[in-house]
Amino acid sequence: MQADSAGPESEHVAAYHALRDGKLTYQRCRDCAHCWLPERTECPGCLGNRIDRLDACGAAKLVSWVVYHHAFVPAFADSIPYTVGLIELREGPRLISNIVGVDDPEQLRIDQELSLQVTRRRSVDVPLFTPSTARDGRYK
Amino acid sequence: MRGKYVIAGVGHTKYGSLPGRSTHSLHAEAVRNALYDANICKSDVDALLVKGPTSAPELLYGQRLAESLGISPRVGGVWDQGGAANASLIGYAAMAIEHGQCEIAVVTFADNPKTGDRSVYSRARGEGALFGWGGVPAGYAMVARRHMSELGTRPEHLGAVVVNSRRNAAANSNAQLRNKPITLDEYLARDYLVSPLRRDDCALVSDGAASVVVMSARRARELKVQRPVPILGFGQGQTSLDIAQRPRLTSTMASSSAATAFAMAGLKPADIDVAQLYDCFSIVVLMTLEDYGFCKPGQSGRFVEDGALEVGGRLPINTAGGLLAETGMPGMQLIIEGVRQMRGDAVTQVPNAKTCVISNQGGVMHTHSTLILGN
Ligand SMILES: [Zn+2]
Repeated sequence: MQADSAGPESEHVAAYHALRDGKLTYQRCRDCAHCWLPERTECPGCLGNRIDRLDACGAAKLVSWVVYHHAFVPAFADSIPYTVGLIELREGPRLISNIVGVDDPEQLRIDQELSLQVTRRRSVDVPLFTPSTARDGRYK
Repeated sequence: MRGKYVIAGVGHTKYGSLPGRSTHSLHAEAVRNALYDANICKSDVDALLVKGPTSAPELLYGQRLAESLGISPRVGGVWDQGGAANASLIGYAAMAIEHGQCEIAVVTFADNPKTGDRSVYSRARGEGALFGWGGVPAGYAMVARRHMSELGTRPEHLGAVVVNSRRNAAANSNAQLRNKPITLDEYLARDYLVSPLRRDDCALVSDGAASVVVMSARRARELKVQRPVPILGFGQGQTSLDIAQRPRLTSTMASSSAATAFAMAGLKPADIDVAQLYDCFSIVVLMTLEDYGFCKPGQSGRFVEDGALEVGGRLPINTAGGLLAETGMPGMQLIIEGVRQMRGDAVTQVPNAKTCVISNQGGVMHTHSTLILGN
């Protein structure tokens, strides 16, 4: 696998721009209605460049998840064990984030409902997700 | 194309920790051994096709290597496809020879991540730095979790792949884990690295090099090559680089790669006697069994139960130990073991094996390449 050439700084900037007024945004093509993340300047569906940025409603589901027991990322060594999930927004785009507010991440289930929880962490606003039950006491 | 081109010779270095050796030095040893095995002169080589070192990409690496090896090839360069590149390059070699672009190709790979720089393997990916999303095993763990949760694959099924590789490595004096057989119970008792994967589910990190010589069957006869192994089929396929962008996690373009190769070979999965399946992580073997059609989607767990992967079982695989136990080198060791099986001189030989399928893959099951050998 080749590493991404972009440094941490540009990654933080990209993530910052995906968040607006505490909301996670995604992109939608005006020509073909394709929706996606991460940020691009052309639509990966039709290669057009007439693109809108929309707010995600915050409802999502868990496609898959892993639990780190080893510090592959040194900055997260103190967070072990932590959970990284592959999340699908209700609007379609998928992204990687942390699943928080879970006592035993081995008990998560694929396709379970998640809710967006924008959180300020290490001086950056990040879009995190939590099981809908953990947040609301019930499924939406 | 079927059977018209052959692997005429194979060579490799020792595997494991080879401190102080540059990748050029490792290449030189493996190429020397491959030329000796084919019994041809270096001056006969007119194509040098290289899988670049994963841990230290370098501009014009193929040309620098040609200089070190004293070869001025007609066709040469690096092909960047991650772990799928070695098998793909053998296919390209056959196609280039078919069309008169060259006559004798050396396909070669070397890397030294064990004693050199391996930081490329643990760097966080893209926005992942914000979420602690880094390390190659985590990508495979994400795929494995979906496969297990959606299709009922169990830790015991991943373990069956690991146990098989470690047992076969125990018979292989070249294997890095030749002294580390493991039982299923021992596997299940291991801690998670990135759940649902344990360290034993992950490829070794290895220094080493391996090379093969490709030419036409006719040229091999003219040069009196002793043990040419015919190439029956090859194919490729590529899935999204980023696993977040895949509509499905539990299947990849390995299926299209295999379909292309089987069609060229005029064979179907049931015709295969032995397989060398890219096992950088145990889950890959299970998914490859499904995508190649050895079993139905979601059935690989049951397929690998009860010793199916051992010699004498339904489909013996990774008879030298693979990436999990022989060496973590990305792919060429599997091709070389396929050649040994077709020559009939493997240490853990499948009796009367006449067909071998080999898979190579790179990224997180992103690139895929298939090779089918005969005898
Ligand atoms: Zn579009």
